[in-house]
Amino acid sequence: MKIRFIPVGLTRERKKSKKQFWGIYKNMENKFRPEILPLLWILLFFIAPLFIVLKISFAESIFKIPPFSEVFKMVEEHLLEIRINLKNYVAIIHDSYYVTTFLNSVLLSISATLVCTLFGLPMAYGIHNARDNIKSILLLSLSLSFWTSILIRIYSWMNLLSTHGIVNTLLLKSGVIDFPIQFQGNYYTICLGMVFCYLPFMIFPIYAVLEKIDRSYIESAYNLGCRSAKVFWAITVPLSKEGLLTGCILVFATSMGEFVIPELLGSAETITFGRVLWNEFFTNLDWPMACALSIAMMLFVILPIFVFQKKAGL
Amino acid sequence: MTIVPQQTKKNTELWQNPNIKPFIQIEGITKSYNGAVPLRDISLSIYKGELFSLLGRSGCGKSTLLRVLAGLEKPTSGRVLVDGIDVTSWPTYKRPINMMFQSYALFPHMTVYQNIAFGIKQDGLNKTEIDDRVREVLGLVQLTGYEDRKPHQLSGGQKQRAALARSLAKRPKLLLLDEPLAALDKRLREQTQFELVNIQEKVGITSILVTHDQEEAMTMSTRIAIIDEGKIRQVGVPHDIYEFPNSRYVAEFIGSINLFEGVVVEQELDHVLIESSEIDCPCYSAHTGVIPIGSNVTLAIRSEKVMISKQMPAQSQNWAQGLVKEIAYLGDVSIYYIRLNSGKVITATLPNLLRLSDKDFQWEDTVYVFWRSENSLVLNS
Repeated sequence: MKIRFIPVGLTRERKKSKKQFWGIYKNMENKFRPEILPLLWILLFFIAPLFIVLKISFAESIFKIPPFSEVFKMVEEHLLEIRINLKNYVAIIHDSYYVTTFLNSVLLSISATLVCTLFGLPMAYGIHNARDNIKSILLLSLSLSFWTSILIRIYSWMNLLSTHGIVNTLLLKSGVIDFPIQFQGNYYTICLGMVFCYLPFMIFPIYAVLEKIDRSYIESAYNLGCRSAKVFWAITVPLSKEGLLTGCILVFATSMGEFVIPELLGSAETITFGRVLWNEFFTNLDWPMACALSIAMMLFVILPIFVFQKKAGL
Repeated sequence: MTIVPQQTKKNTELWQNPNIKPFIQIEGITKSYNGAVPLRDISLSIYKGELFSLLGRSGCGKSTLLRVLAGLEKPTSGRVLVDGIDVTSWPTYKRPINMMFQSYALFPHMTVYQNIAFGIKQDGLNKTEIDDRVREVLGLVQLTGYEDRKPHQLSGGQKQRAALARSLAKRPKLLLLDEPLAALDKRLREQTQFELVNIQEKVGITSILVTHDQEEAMTMSTRIAIIDEGKIRQVGVPHDIYEFPNSRYVAEFIGSINLFEGVVVEQELDHVLIESSEIDCPCYSAHTGVIPIGSNVTLAIRSEKVMISKQMPAQSQNWAQGLVKEIAYLGDVSIYYIRLNSGKVITATLPNLLRLSDKDFQWEDTVYVFWRSENSLVLNS
């Protein structure tokens, strides 16, 4: 049996005013391209300075203000002399000191990123699943950590971990150890400092993506016979891939260039790339070398990220 | 149960046969939270192989009931029995009940094949068994060849079928369909209605469908439950729901109907006589229930059962005089809005046997509306 139903009432033609309004809006949009603003900003404050750095990296270090030779020089009226000095780049590749520090930094950053992922994912998941009022408190507290200077936060870690610091004092007093433990001056402590400082960079992007996941995916997975753990690994994690990737890039990139944490929590033996850069600039006053190092690091860090992102289809 | 195409003849008498035990028993399900009561004491018996519809306006609680059945929400009280087994306390992943979500919820990071295999994998089958099952349901929903597509590479109709295949692959005892056609456009929806029913009959799976679309419920289901504010208003086959609504709410909810307030003046075994201030003459209704004389009732007449004439009907009952105020032309039919002498506007739906220009009735014509006594219904006010 089939019964047809007829809607009661006439369907009149809709007014067109709304469509016209959007038409006008679209025209306005065409005249002003919103991407101009970020483009200008990036050009002025990122691309232009980058080229200056690139230029200096090809110069020679001399004792002068500024402490580098001219790359572009008008020798005669119609003769432009370009002197490209590749000595710095050759030194970076050949000098094992630079290569080891670079590898140290990469290893350190990868460890920090891994640990951040390990803690960040369950924490973001926890916040995502918290009750609304608790959720907002947690998010607020996390962002509050940004309000305190990184310097102060690292200093408090020094206070905790130094030879006569709080942890050692407590352990000594309670009789667990007889001699203070040397916490500072190794890569583990630097990694700890980095994780402590950059964990929010991991949590926020993952949390944002988790919030966007349609609940029906999760419910559907349960309904198809999965228990919580399986749902988490098979559905939640793959669907939050975008947030994980963003978090990893943020943590890795900031860790690579970090100077304050290895300087304060490290020792003379824990040389990282950031510290080498600092030394070249301020101790050796070798600006071209420092610039070459920056460019080299950029290439080594950006290129893999670029390829990674392309592969991940973002 | 197995997904083997089997000849199932539509046994419409299942629920009338007291010897057959219902396959799904919903007993006094009540759900309340934060003061709201989305489900109030819902009891339903659903038989094997049925396609049962829960029909109601949005927010009436029909989706909540479906989620309770799926185990995604816990009822405050009541029981759900599947094939005689109480599953009320079972978590959703253990229940032999699978749900097809309104949004289809196909995992975007998996291919069609992986999506369908996902559920069966949890049952611990071996690779060849999984493969066989996936191919079987893919063939059933006619998606063979689409195994390697990702959900975003499918059209709306294909997504719907993939989602159906995923729910069927688990061979559940009960299939839940949450607004399965709501995301499709009108033309595709009509076509898919029959496809869905065909697959359901072929597999012979007991199904519960939630919809707000009465046409969908009417064409597809074996029986319908009308739900309003968390309560069941009426359960019946589509024909009964339409022709014999048990209340004013159901009458108004399904189709288009004219309602008149009146008083019973005569009550016999085979009919009642009703006088209404809204109609010129007494109304003779072939109603057989017992209604005491003097009680207030509502007389209901479906729009398509109202006839129009320019001549005064010969009968002394069941007619009224009025003026044609509006004609809504819908192509196949026209709806006439006729204002009676009492001021009451009634609607009459007439098929357009003739082109509009040759119509017998035009705007502002004085006409008589009349109906057969067996076509009027008496509802308790």
